[in-house]
Formats: sequence, structure tokens, C-alpha cells
Amino acid sequence: MGTADNVADGRAGLTLGPLLFHWPAETRRDFYFRIADEAAVDTVYLGEVVCSKRAPYFEAHVAEVADRLQAGGKRVVYSTLAEVMSRLDLQVAESVAGAGEVFVEANDASALWFLDGRPHAIGPFVNTYNEDTLAFLAGNNATHVTLPPELPKASVAVLGQAARDLGVTLEVQVYGRVPLALSARCYHARAHGRIKDTCRFVCEEDPDGIDLKTLDGRSFLAVNGIQTLSHPCLNLLHELDGLRGMGIAAFRLSPHSGDMVEVARLFRAVLDGAMTPQEATRRLARTGPDLPFADGFYHGAEGYSWSREPEPAL
Amino acid sequence: MTTPDMHRPELVCPAGTPSALRTAVDAGADAVYCGLQGPTNARNFPGLNFTAQELRQAVAYAHGRGAKVLLAVNSFPPAGRTAEWKEAVDIGVAAGADAIIVADIGVAQYAARTHPGQRLHLSVQAGASSPEAIRFYCRAFDIKRVVLPRILTVKEISDLHSRIPCEIEAFIFGNIGMMAEGRCSLSSYVTGQSTNMDGVCSPAGDVHYSEDADGALVTKLGQFTIDRFARGESAGYPTVCKGRYCTKAKSGYYAFEEPVSLNLTRLLPDLMRAGVTALKIEGRQRSRAYVKAVVAAFRRAVDAYMAGREPGLDNLLALTEGHRETQGAFRSKAWR
Repeated sequence: MGTADNVADGRAGLTLGPLLFHWPAETRRDFYFRIADEAAVDTVYLGEVVCSKRAPYFEAHVAEVADRLQAGGKRVVYSTLAEVMSRLDLQVAESVAGAGEVFVEANDASALWFLDGRPHAIGPFVNTYNEDTLAFLAGNNATHVTLPPELPKASVAVLGQAARDLGVTLEVQVYGRVPLALSARCYHARAHGRIKDTCRFVCEEDPDGIDLKTLDGRSFLAVNGIQTLSHPCLNLLHELDGLRGMGIAAFRLSPHSGDMVEVARLFRAVLDGAMTPQEATRRLARTGPDLPFADGFYHGAEGYSWSREPEPAL
Repeated sequence: MTTPDMHRPELVCPAGTPSALRTAVDAGADAVYCGLQGPTNARNFPGLNFTAQELRQAVAYAHGRGAKVLLAVNSFPPAGRTAEWKEAVDIGVAAGADAIIVADIGVAQYAARTHPGQRLHLSVQAGASSPEAIRFYCRAFDIKRVVLPRILTVKEISDLHSRIPCEIEAFIFGNIGMMAEGRCSLSSYVTGQSTNMDGVCSPAGDVHYSEDADGALVTKLGQFTIDRFARGESAGYPTVCKGRYCTKAKSGYYAFEEPVSLNLTRLLPDLMRAGVTALKIEGRQRSRAYVKAVVAAFRRAVDAYMAGREPGLDNLLALTEGHRETQGAFRSKAWR
């Protein structure tokens, strides 16, 4: 994984996390083609992370998308399912983690079993909460670890130091709705009076998840198949400097239906010192989807909260 | 009727306090599980859990009556704070706990390396829901028993049994969480208090009850309305995964799950045949009276099934949350 090179030359890596939502296969392919050609990201994570039933839909396009991304100078990493339970889940997990030829981001312990000690990355769905867990994973040949989004700044700092000592690189999510929970049950199907086995892929209707509001109409959460996410969109533009100081090597943008090329450009500009976080945040609000920002977890506060004043209306 | 393939399972019962532990042992528990005070276990509630000294006394009481004590050190220490979790493991070993229940990889490795003879169980909080995930933990930390997530059917548990090298413990009764255990940040999203790192879910200090203009009871967690109960409707505790919400497709519905309790009484023989070593009752936050009634009822049930008799268990329904029960995922995939 080339993020170690980024650390060596002092350049922070920008990555595009796996697409969490179920987009039509052609939409997904064209999205990645554009990322390949235009986006200022170093690494792109491919693969179905949320629902094994969705996995076959994109399979026909994976090879051409990976080729195009590599031609565009991007590294490709293959992410595994976050929750592995059924036989189909296992088949999907094994097809990625057991392949042996590609670089894999493991998102649960079954992927670690299939990887069998080959060099790999650890995804944010593995609970890497502390330096002891990080040391074990490094000893098991993890070379790059994306931290769970719930971790506060103080813990990220300790892990940053530990990672340097272990020769592992770290990544944190800095943009996108925050994954909060996984379930065996599909809440997308449930919202439509169906169950997981009869879902008819109703999740395809919602490119950023289905909004869940409280009974008094307040936006609260987002549902994406078996996954629950935050309503607001994580924005750590203001924290990039601090995170780099802690030794974080790579910053993850989680894909949404907005203009991800512009999102990547803004984060790249702030990392390169070419734009202030304030200016980038103003522009980020216009990339869509129309969601408020949050940074609570990083500051050890409620995850939905935003530590800064709302930007004045434009 | 008793069949040769039905094994006598261990009845594992909750003990939030020393007196609940004695109650559970006296009511027929084969084992009790408990935690130390503080964030090192997943039920870090006010007024619950044990000091080191209470744990030593509890082990002596249980061992004197042929029961085991399992210590849950099953939350996830945030970086920089691992010493408290290591100390909890050391306290458990020194007290003579029969097993330490772990979830965090770092804690598991510390326990396995520092106390190589100590029996380790893998907590449901580790979220190991496939044979390969369980085998990974068994190989790495010599895990002797896995507590299964409440998301598998009996058939899946039976299949799993032949494919893993350790014992199985399965939940049979109590509060049923909807989200994959150990992988839920909903509490910290709303309150800043984390289930994984603080052992807290929906802390009481963030719970608010109020009456609206129609006389309905509104329950809130932090700033968010979790549910609204018409006059006369029995109100539940505001846990995010048990609230009523609205989407564009549906209004005012239980988006995740109805507030029901798990009750697998009728599936007990199937679970015993599926190779389950231990049957677990949830409820360390429950009263002594509850623990006594539930443990005694399941003691009678297990003994009846082993003797080939049908137990009468209808009285358990009155103890379930909101007086409604479910067999959850255990009976059928349609739950998903």
C-alpha cells in the first residue's frame, strides 16, 4: 500500500472509501470512470461492504473500473463485507479476501481468517480502538488501518504514535455520512413492508440512504439496507492539520451522490495549504447532497453535533 | 422426551449486583456472569457491578454451591486507557473467575498472554457471527466458548456447531438488541456516551419524559424524540433502536424493531440438540425478584426437558418487556 510512501515524502494521501449505497451498476461504473479520470484521490476502495445480495450487480464492471482507476494513477484496494453471517455473505467475503492476488481491506474477522496472514489493510468496521489491538493486527500483517469513526481525538493521537512505532499507516474518515450500526435485519426492506429475502432491492431508490426522522419531524438518522448512518455529513476539513500532526497518513472520503470530484478537490486543496478550511467548508456545502455537517465524535461529543458556528447563508 | 443427542446445558444467569448473584445461584444457576464497576464491561450502569472484593466473595459463594462465575471484560478500551481493562482481567483471574469474557482483540491478547491457563470466552460484543470469524479468534487467543449474536437461526447455530472448535453459548431470554453487538455507535451519536468504549447504552442522565398537548407521553434521548405513547399505552425506555420514526415510505413505525423481549422457551429442546453448551439469560440491570423468577423458571424448564417432560412456562410472559415476546431470528430468517 503506497500510503507508506506518502508518509515518507510527507504528502498526505486522500482516499475514496467503498461506496456504501446501492447505485445502479451503470451509474456506479460511470461514477468510478469519472473518479479515475478526474478525482484528486490516491487510493480507491472497491467492493460491496453492506449487503452480500447487492454484490453480483457490480461484478461485471469491477475489472474495467479497476483498470481505468489504475490507468488514472489510483491504487485499488478491495474491501470486504462488514457483517458476515449467511452462506452468501461468506462466499462474497471469501471471493475477495481469499483471492490472494489483490490488496484487501478486511472489515470483519472472517476476512482475517481468509487472508491467513497475507499483507492487508484493516477497515473501519473492525474495532481498532487501542494500541494493543493495533499491535496485534500489525503482527498479523496488517500494513494500513482505517480507524473506527467513533474514536475521539485523544485516542487517535495515541494510535498515531503507536502506528509509527509499528510501521503501520493510519487512515481516518473525513467526509460523508458516518456509519453507526449494522444489523442482521434490512431496515430498508422493513420501511417498505418487506424483509431481506424479498427486498427487491428497494435500497436502489436512495443513493444516499433513506432519511429517518423523529416523530416530531427532526432529521435523525439514515438507513442503508442493514446499515444505519448519521443524518449529517462528517466534515473534518478543520482537523486535517491536527490529524497530520498526529501522524495520520490518509484521509477517507465516503462516496455520496454529490460532486465527489469537487469534494476531493476541496480536501486536496486544504491538505496542500492552497485553501482555508473555512473557504473549503463553504464550497463543500454546495457539492450536495444537502446535509448539515458534523464532527462530534472527533471532539468526544455527541456524534451528530458540529463544533463550529453555522456558516452564514450565502 | 430425552434423546441421546440432547446434552444438559449450562444455565448462565445475570448478576448485576452481589445480592443478585446470590439470588441467581440459589435459584439454580449453573453459572453467573457479572462485571466490575466502571467502563470495562458492557453494562456500566449506575448502581450495578462489583468491586474486586465483592467479586472475590461472589466467587467463594458460587463455588461453595457448585456454580461458576464468568467475568465480563467485554467493552473496548479507547487508546491510552487500556490499563483499566488489563487490571480488570487481573482482578478476575486473582478472584478465581471461571472464565473471562472478552471482546476487544487487545484485551483478549493481554489475557491470553499474561494468564495462559485462564479460560477465555468470546463475548457477543466481538460480533463473531460466522465459523471463520470464530475460528480466527479461537486460533489467536485459544477461546474456549463463543457467545453467539442474537441474529442466527437454530438451524444456523446447528451448522455452526460442527464447524468451530469451541463451545457455544446462546441467548434464550431477555432484552433483545437489534444492532450487531459491539458495532453500534448509536448511543454515542446521541449522547456522547459510547456503548463500546464506556459500556453505556442510552444513559439515564440523557433520558427525558414529558407530556405533550394531547396528554401523550413523549420520551427523548438527548435532543431526539424516541417515541410517543398515547394515554394508557405502556411506555418503554427510550433506546434508539426501539423507537418509532418516520421515513418517506412509512410514518410512526418501529423502524428497527418493536420493543419485545426474547423468549426461546419453546425452542430450548432444539437448541439443546443443536449443540449449544450454555443457555444465557440477559438482564444484569434487572431486579433480584426478576432474576429469581426467571432463573427458577428456566431451571425447571431445562430439568423438565432433560427428564423428557413438557415444562409449563407461561408465567415467564409476564416478565418480558412490555409483556410481549418474540423468538427473534432464532426460528426463522423471515425476521430479517
